[in-house]
Amino acid sequence: MMATSKKILEQEPSEIEMLLPWHAAGTLNARDARRVDEALARDPELAKQYAVIQEEYAETIHLNESLGAPSARAMQKLFAAIDGEPARKPSMSLNISARIAGFFAKLSPRTLAWSASLGALALLLQAGVIGAVLMKKQNASFQTASLSTDARSPNAPSPSVSSPSAPITRALGPEAPPRALVRFTPDARVADITALLDNYQASIIDGAKGGLFRLQFANRAMGREEFASLMRKLQNEKIVSLAVDAQ
Amino acid sequence: MQVLYGRHHVRVFRFGFRLVRDEQVAEDLISEVFLDVWRQAGKFEGRSAVSTWLLAITRFKALSALRRRKDVELDDEAANAIEDTSDDPEVATQKRDTSKALRKCLTALSPEHREIVDLVYYHEKSVEEVAEIVSIPENTVKTRLFYARKKLAELLKAAGVERGWP
Repeated sequence: MMATSKKILEQEPSEIEMLLPWHAAGTLNARDARRVDEALARDPELAKQYAVIQEEYAETIHLNESLGAPSARAMQKLFAAIDGEPARKPSMSLNISARIAGFFAKLSPRTLAWSASLGALALLLQAGVIGAVLMKKQNASFQTASLSTDARSPNAPSPSVSSPSAPITRALGPEAPPRALVRFTPDARVADITALLDNYQASIIDGAKGGLFRLQFANRAMGREEFASLMRKLQNEKIVSLAVDAQ
Repeated sequence: MQVLYGRHHVRVFRFGFRLVRDEQVAEDLISEVFLDVWRQAGKFEGRSAVSTWLLAITRFKALSALRRRKDVELDDEAANAIEDTSDDPEVATQKRDTSKALRKCLTALSPEHREIVDLVYYHEKSVEEVAEIVSIPENTVKTRLFYARKKLAELLKAAGVERGWP
């Protein structure tokens, strides 16, 4: 007996071997269940052990089921004890969501409808203000000024331009990164799209309207040639069915 | 509360009964467990299944009851009983009945081994859930069940049942 115990303890179980009982009970996740199935298919010793486990599983259920059920005394005792408990006040430890739900439950349907309308109006106003601010910013990002020599004061310093008649263009903010509208093929998987975005250092900034996503590339401005080359490359991608410039 | 009780009381009772080995004590246990649930309902965070929470409370109550009774050593007696009666003709007949012997040996396991076997096979708890109920790391759950099964094989062998494993 002792020798058997010693021999048993000397054997270190493998990870798969240890998972067999959960496989028999059907409580493994899909990945582990697949691993165990594959191991069972190729290892007859493991399959033998699994048969023993299935026997143990069935007998454990049988044993537990044979224990019967508690008598009505247990239930009577419980509900008598509950009746004897002091009346419970609403707990202070109620979570926030429960409190919020409770607050809304107390409002009448009319009050709730008015509150919802007011909330929607506030959201619309907020969206309008944000939109106006954004539009204003976009307009101010570039300024083109023509240099008129006639209007220049004789005392003003001479501008350092190569051609006096050429307009002077100054960027007031950083130049915007290029954008494109892209449609992916119907069989494109999320993993493929993520990989493509990584490759192009792109991010989806809007979509999907009519199946088109607005993509922004890199975080810097690109030359016309560089962007044209990027677009050609993008159009040749297997998971891209359409790619157009959206500058 | 009645719905919760109706849905879970039998399994809670059986889990407790297997741990304390006394029907009366097991019945008292379920009253205590559900009364605790009634008192602590606000503390249930919903991170695990209700049955996992109930079994964890049951286990705690059962171990407290066992400590009060101080009869844990009975487990060894139960294990010995299987070997001592091996020459009895009645037991010899039982030897041929593997199922019966298996159930007897499942009963003779230590409380630690019994609870893990029951949680996995009967209560169908995952590795993570058993770890939560028994308050041990997940790897310990796996090795403990493995050694519980080894012990079961030893008990069966001692009772004359050879299953070809280990």
